[in-house]
Amino acid sequence: MSKQEQIRTMDRVNATLKQRYGRERRFRRFGFFAVLLGLTFVGLMFLSIISKGYSAFQQTRILMDIEFTESIIDPAGEREYAVLSSANYAGLIKQSLRALYPEVKGRKEKRELYAIVSNGAPLVLREKVLADPALIGTRTQLWLPADDDIDMLIKGHIDRTVPESERRIKDNVVAWIEKLEADQKIEKFFNLTFLTGGDSREPELAGIGGAVMGSLYTLIITLLLSFPMGVAAAVYLEEFAPRNRWTDLVEVNINNLAAVPSIVFGLLGLAVFINFFGLPRSAPLVGGMVLTLMTLPTIIIASRAALKAVPPSIREAALGVGASKMQAVFHHVLPLSMPGMLTGTIIGMAQALGETAPLLMIGMVAFIVDIPGGAMDPATVLPVQIFLWADSPERAFMEKTSAAIMVLLGFLIVMNVLAVILRKRFERRW
Amino acid sequence: MLSVTPDTAIAVPASVIAAGFSPVADESRAINGTVGDITVADPRMTARNVNVYYGDKLAINNVSLDIGKNEVVAMIGPSGCGKSTFLRCLNRMNDTIDICRVEGEIRLDEQDIYDSSLDVVPLRAQVGMVFQKPNPFPKSIYDNVAYGPRIHGLTSSKSELDDIVEESLLKAGLWDEVKDRLDETGTGLSGGQQQRLCIARTIAVAPEVILMDEPCSALDPIATARVEELIDELREQYTIAIVTHSMQQAARVSQRTAYFHLGELVEVGKTDDIFTNPRHRLTEDYITGRFG
Repeated sequence: MSKQEQIRTMDRVNATLKQRYGRERRFRRFGFFAVLLGLTFVGLMFLSIISKGYSAFQQTRILMDIEFTESIIDPAGEREYAVLSSANYAGLIKQSLRALYPEVKGRKEKRELYAIVSNGAPLVLREKVLADPALIGTRTQLWLPADDDIDMLIKGHIDRTVPESERRIKDNVVAWIEKLEADQKIEKFFNLTFLTGGDSREPELAGIGGAVMGSLYTLIITLLLSFPMGVAAAVYLEEFAPRNRWTDLVEVNINNLAAVPSIVFGLLGLAVFINFFGLPRSAPLVGGMVLTLMTLPTIIIASRAALKAVPPSIREAALGVGASKMQAVFHHVLPLSMPGMLTGTIIGMAQALGETAPLLMIGMVAFIVDIPGGAMDPATVLPVQIFLWADSPERAFMEKTSAAIMVLLGFLIVMNVLAVILRKRFERRW
Repeated sequence: MLSVTPDTAIAVPASVIAAGFSPVADESRAINGTVGDITVADPRMTARNVNVYYGDKLAINNVSLDIGKNEVVAMIGPSGCGKSTFLRCLNRMNDTIDICRVEGEIRLDEQDIYDSSLDVVPLRAQVGMVFQKPNPFPKSIYDNVAYGPRIHGLTSSKSELDDIVEESLLKAGLWDEVKDRLDETGTGLSGGQQQRLCIARTIAVAPEVILMDEPCSALDPIATARVEELIDELREQYTIAIVTHSMQQAARVSQRTAYFHLGELVEVGKTDDIFTNPRHRLTEDYITGRFG
């Protein structure tokens, strides 16, 4: 090539160079912008949920002077369990409130006064007396939960400055609360009830304990069923099954199943597990079985990918020294692919944890106060609990909803981090 | 005669085709169009009229070859000539490929290894294999060697197993390098060490025949020299068939050499004869570097 021609080539290269780099810069900028946009929305979501939900971890309580009057609790004085457990503890609270505000007269006003303390407060007294009957006849100061409207007022969700007709709490009640505030007899405490309690119609008593336990039982059932089945199916399909049109058909259908809307699995569970096999409604057992159907394709696909990633040279090495096919798979291939399978399983479990629709179909949407004690007890799960609370009209349930979402997201983040750690920890290169 | 179908006509220069594949000067052709004597006095393995198909494609066409006791047979030939495929037939490793079909007869001693009643597990214990790429298990060096004896239940005590591991590593010439770190993972060794570990793993089950599929292609010259030395030592106890791309290696380690071309066994004979006095034109062209 002559020198003249060389120069011309360089000119051409240089002419397009700017354009080429420009393209690269643009592409990078688009990518960066897309990631930024995604992160912004994730950030907004977290901000919105946390700002709405954090106050649910606090509960307003009122310091009350309770006199455990024997004539109200146990007039016969025999301390029988049946008597103590059904005594009129609400009367004790009313008595204390009347003593606190002697100026309150009239039925209507008294009813308003009694309503500032939660319906759950008598239960607190009952627990105390049942635990220690010697309390009867004594006088104690106790922090008792306030009603949810009072709770909202203290947390500032109800505006005291607007006219009385525009808010849920009347002026006279606000005046009582302000008196309590002045005496420092009303405080916000950490809300343990929210984490340990079951569901309730009263927002101040409602907790996610029941839903968390329900989710736990459901996930245990799902894991116990879907992990062994999924891994076994993947190992069979990948290592043992002949490659023919039938296995192709199976493979296509597994991929299809992964894309089936989850509510369809719920209907299937309703028709098969509940109507045909007669398993109980609302039970984590059935929930777990339905979620197994939903999670299996995910686990099978992830497990097959993990098996495929094991280099064939390992199988040949094992077969070459005379291992049977089964030994080659179970001694070498399976242990090497296990981290990948576990990662897939955890991601499948995280999906199952967040699943709502199929569980609505099998009755896990019922209002259940008791915390389930096993996989056969009626239960609900976290996402369904969120759905139920989001549907409730009380203002106080709004913060509960956000707080429950925080807990659910917390679990999901933990599971996904676990998956990432597993992947990093056991990542292998050949 | 050799038949060349267009789709398999790779790496064959026009000059060769024009030459009409005629043997250089040949009268003493044995069977199946193979030049030279395919038989030996005391064969360990005998292959007769072996055809191998991948789906519809014929990969090995009518190959017959004996592998004698305590000898090293080298199989050479251009890429895709079927030498590895043939080697993998000898311990039925091709069974793992779904579309692969083997016809003909291969015997280990007197046993037909493609007999439907034959179990491949004991066969592979008798006919071990070393692969092209070192493929130690991602386990400890000890476990790599002990795996075969363990699954076959060859030992009854830990000390017996220890002895087998030591002996195998000694034979593979790796013992001195790894004796202090037997519990380190086998994949952490260098390439040459890994390949010797794989050889140790193969001989730990005391096979009768060892098949080696280009065992040195992933190794540097020094590691290659070690492995070749090792092959020479192993010959005293084992029968070895080795596939190699390096003609020098074939010349160095083998007693007999078989030259494969496009799925056919073109010529076989004593290594010295093949390299000094090839009788078939294809063999001559290949070993003189005219193609391949």
